Formats: sequence, structure tokens, C-alpha cells
Amino acid sequence: MTEMVLTGPKQTLFTEQLRLALDKWIAKYPRGRAQSAVIPCLHILQEANGGWLSRAIMDALAEYLSISSISVYEVATFYSMFELEPVGKHKISLCTNISCMLCGSEEILEHLQQRLAIKPGETTADGLFTLKEVECLGACVGAPMLLMDKQYHEYLTKEKIDALIDEVQS
Amino acid sequence: MKLDQVCFRTNHLSPSWTLDAYRQVGGYQVLENILNNKLKPESIIEQIKNSALRGRGGAGFPTGLKWSFMPRRLPGDKYIVCNSDEGEPGTCKDRDILRFNPHQVIEGMIIAGYTIGAQTGYNYIRGEFFEPIERFEAALEEAREAGYLGKDLLGSGFNFQLHTHVGAGAYICGEETALLESLEGKKGQPRYKPPFPAGYGLYGRPTTINNTESLASIPVILQHGADWFHELGTPNNGGSKIFCMTGHVNKPGNYEVPLGTPFAELLELAGGVRNGHQLKAVIPGGSSTPVVPAEIMMGLDMSYDGIAKARSMLGAGSVIVMDDSTCMVKALQRIAYFYYEESCGQCTPCREGTGWLYRVVKRIEDGQGKQEDLDRLVDVAENINGNTICALGDAAAAPVVSFIKHFRDEFQYHIDHGRCMDNTA
Ligand SMILES: Cc1cc2nc3c(=O)[nH]c(=O)nc-3n(C[C@H](O)[C@H](O)[C@H](O)COP(=O)(O)O)c2cc1C
Ligand code: SF4
Ligand code: FES
Repeated sequence: MTEMVLTGPKQTLFTEQLRLALDKWIAKYPRGRAQSAVIPCLHILQEANGGWLSRAIMDALAEYLSISSISVYEVATFYSMFELEPVGKHKISLCTNISCMLCGSEEILEHLQQRLAIKPGETTADGLFTLKEVECLGACVGAPMLLMDKQYHEYLTKEKIDALIDEVQS
Repeated sequence: MKLDQVCFRTNHLSPSWTLDAYRQVGGYQVLENILNNKLKPESIIEQIKNSALRGRGGAGFPTGLKWSFMPRRLPGDKYIVCNSDEGEPGTCKDRDILRFNPHQVIEGMIIAGYTIGAQTGYNYIRGEFFEPIERFEAALEEAREAGYLGKDLLGSGFNFQLHTHVGAGAYICGEETALLESLEGKKGQPRYKPPFPAGYGLYGRPTTINNTESLASIPVILQHGADWFHELGTPNNGGSKIFCMTGHVNKPGNYEVPLGTPFAELLELAGGVRNGHQLKAVIPGGSSTPVVPAEIMMGLDMSYDGIAKARSMLGAGSVIVMDDSTCMVKALQRIAYFYYEESCGQCTPCREGTGWLYRVVKRIEDGQGKQEDLDRLVDVAENINGNTICALGDAAAAPVVSFIKHFRDEFQYHIDHGRCMDNTA
């Protein structure tokens, strides 16, 4: 992957491919309302940067959208999907809210912690997994459930967790 | 019982989410008729009013009435926004509408735009919904190619653009004014009301915000008629509703049934209570709605007015079923934590109150509760109620008050003995 350009003139920031992706979002909002694109743009940049947002990336986005850096930081810190520190290659977000809890999410969490030897908020030593405990992900009929990267996994059992982790590790 | 009559009406087709599938059930015919015959917006609003469609996002506000508040003749930009932020614990129906029948949301939004005089629509979908976002975007592409989006639709002179917007993980953005802030690229902090969005909404312009399920109901109402829809449900509670049956049932799932269906029948549809257990309590409309004990719940009908009889709310139709193994203190602790975690922190009663409620319920659950805790919990909850900018404060208070009201013994037992009553976990 080409290195992201984070300083310099607007027309050369990030990479060409990323600029195209960002511009597609910016075009959805009225003229002068590019700030509306800040969340979708942060998603795109976070993904391109291995799952987290550095200060330099946020500053560059502010420059690109012609808004203040602080308004980008405010958004990046307010929303739970944004990571401000490096994370593992795969992010596992386990829902432990009420419907999932009633269906055994606590045992699933315990099993995940054991298998990965980490607690929520931590990353495995090999850098493969980051584990997060999250609020309802809107898939409660499939409880207990988790989000790994972009994929929902529902009706979890310990066996399913093992299979999921084995697959990534192999 | 009539199943899958409205939002899930393509579910028998496979795949159910394509333009082709949607056309098979009459999709986009209503829109074509409106555009070809230049139907009067007033007459559309009248039909929606007569259908007794009530907002499916939680508050149950009549959709036709909401649309009538829009200053449709006011020149300049106006917006229709679809709320697909779906974050209230227990709720997972909009995800399936977007995955399985996205065109119906699109048609509903275009009709809404035409009716309220908006030329731009945004569907705000929560960021974690990768698959629904992809499906919705694909459907938008199909609709654009078919000429349902863009300029001068079907030669009618009406222009309409529709875009997906994505969130990034914040329950509060489901609140309509927080959603607007978020759509403007800011933190999702609710605005003071008034002014209401119909006067001052997105970018300060008149805006209508409706839930995904409300908007997806529009084409069906106009296709089969307001009376058909109204009679599907009960007086003042028109249509069918998707109920998310979760928790201790044998067949959890989203069931679309007529409003007014007895809870007992809905429970049976979901396979009944988990094998070998008895029903203990039900949260009928998502974690913010007051809990209802089994004996009362078994006698209720699933409609806005039906659930109101037990001083609870139908909310978003998120039915959380709890069997006799459930510890009510622990259940409340998890719910209280959620509101504490998701408070946006703008108002003191909510910011401080939600934290305090959580800590005290946790203390009771951990066996450290004090005798005076119960009355003080209710006191603090009642003090949050009505004293905040948005309804998250009330949402945090309602579970506390109702759990203690109906299951006081269990809380008392925890305080006295430092543990659960026998049969519960
Ligand atoms: C804290 C909070 C969270 C909410 N979350 C949602 C949500 O996820 N989806 C939704 O449609 N409405 C949600 N609402 C209700 C919206 O504010 C609004 O009433 C609704 O989207 C209006 O649409 P309707 O009239 O079609 O129901 C929430 C309200 C509050 C106070
Ligand atoms: S009630 Fe709570 S969530 Fe709503 S605006 Fe106030 S602090 Fe924010
Ligand atoms: S409670 Fe876990 S997905 Fe909703």
C-alpha cells in the first residue's frame, strides 16, 4: 500500500484512491457542508490505517474538509467505533447488553478472555485480536452475538468462538 | 393471524431485497401513480392520518400529523431523514427491513419527500450495520438506474436525491436532534426543543425525521388504502408491527403481526418461554420501557393503547422476555449501566443521575446495598424524569422505578441477604 500523505497541499493529501473515496461522501452534502462527511471519512481513514486514527490523520482530514482540527477530535472521541490507539488486526466487539446477557453473553465473554488471554480493551501479544465489550448492536434476536471486523456472528456458543478464532489463527 | 403484511411482505421471495422482488409485490407502483397523476400532498397526508400509522421509532407519534407540520410551501431546502440508528437494547427490526426489503424504505422516503416538499433525503444508518448499509446502497443504485431518484422524476418535475449517511457507535444519535447534529458532522448532543425539526432541522432547515419502519409502511398504506391498514390493527393503532422477540424464548426472531395481537399469541409464535421455565416478566418495548410482570403481561394486547394499560409502552416493539431464572437486580444493573454509559453528559440530572443509579443498583447486586437505597433510587429516578433536554433521562429512570415497583421483594432480599433469592441466578 502506498504511504498516506498527511501534510502539504489539499490536492495531494492521503492517496489518490482515498481522496476519491472521501470525495464521494463529501459530494452527498450541500455546498459548504463538508463537515457532514467527517464520520464517514474517519471510517475510511481508520480502515486504511490498520484500524485506528492518529492525530496526524485527523489533522489532515480537518485540512481536507476545511474545518478545525478540534472539531475532528471531538467527533473521533465521541463515537465508540473510532480507535485513537493502535489495535489488533481483528477487532472483536462482543455485545453484553440485556438480550445478549439473558442468552449467555457472560459465558461467551469469559471464554473469549480465556482463549485470547486478554481482557476487554486489550490486544493479544501477537497483535491479532483486540477485544471490546460493547452495547447493543441491534441484532438481539441472534443473541449472544459479536461483531468481528465487518461481520456479525450470531447465536454464539463456545464452539463457534473456537472455530472463529482458529480460522483467523491458521 | 396475518403475518408479514407490511415491511416483510417480500420475505417469501428469494432474494427478497432486489428491485425485481420488490416489483413483484407492487413496489414503486404507488410512487409512479403519485408522480404520473401529480397527486395532492394534502390528500396523501389525509390518507396517512386515516391509516392511524404511529411512529415506529418508539414514541408512537401519528405520522400523518407529523408530516402536516412541515411548511411545504416555504422556499428553499427541506429534508426527510430516516432514522436507522437502531440502538435501543432489544431492538433489531430496522436492520432486517434494510437487509430484506430496502426498496420499500426508499419508496417510502421518496413519497415522504414529495409530500412534505423535501428534495433531499438522508438515511442515517448506524455504523456497525455493514451488511444493511451495503444492501441499502445497492438498492439505491438500482432505484437510481430505474429513474426513481434524480431530477424530474418520471417527467413530473419533482427532483429527489437520497443518500446513505453512517453513524459510528453512539446510542444517543437515535434521538432525533442528536441525529441531526451527527449528520452535520458534530458530536451527537441533543438540541433544546423547541424549535422542533419541522421548523429548524438539518442545517437549520425544515426537516422531518421518521423511523425506518414508519417510512417503509407508507407505500403499503397507499397501495392498499388507509382503511385496509387501519383495520389490520385496532382503532387508533393502525397496521402491523414488527416485534423483536428476544431473551428467554425458544424461537427468538422478528415477527410482523397485526397491532392488537394478544401477547400470549405472540409469545407462542416465538416458541414460548425457554423449555422447562415459567415466564417471570417482560420488557415490552425496549430497555427504556417499564417492565411488566408475567401475570399482567399475559392479559395484554400488543398495541400502543394495549400496553399503556399496564403503564408501560410499546416503544419500538422490542419484547425482552425473562423467565423465572432471571435475577431482576442483575437485569436492572445491566440496563442502568447502559444509560450511564450512553448519557451525552449535557444535563446535570442525567449525567450525574445515571451514574448514581448504576452505582447504587450495582452495590445492591454486589450484596452491599443499604436499607435506604430502594427509596432513594426511586427518588433520584423520579428527579431525572422530565428535567432533561432529551428523553434519555426518562429512559434511564423508567426501568429503575418499574423494576423496584414490581420486584421490590427481590431487591429487598438482596439487601437483607447479600445474594439472590433461591431459584434465580
Ligand atoms: C435516547 C433516544 C434514542 C432513540 N433512538 C431511536 C432509534 O434508534 N431509532 C428511532 O427510530 N428512533 C429513536 N428515538 C426516537 C426519535 O427521537 C424519534 O422520535 C423517531 O425517530 C421519530 O420517528 P417516528 O415518528 O417514525 O417513530 C430515540 C429517542 C431517544 C430519546
Ligand atoms: S438527557 Fe442525558 S442524553 Fe439527553 S441531552 Fe441530557 S445529558 Fe444528554
Ligand atoms: S442486546 Fe446484544 S445485540 Fe442487542
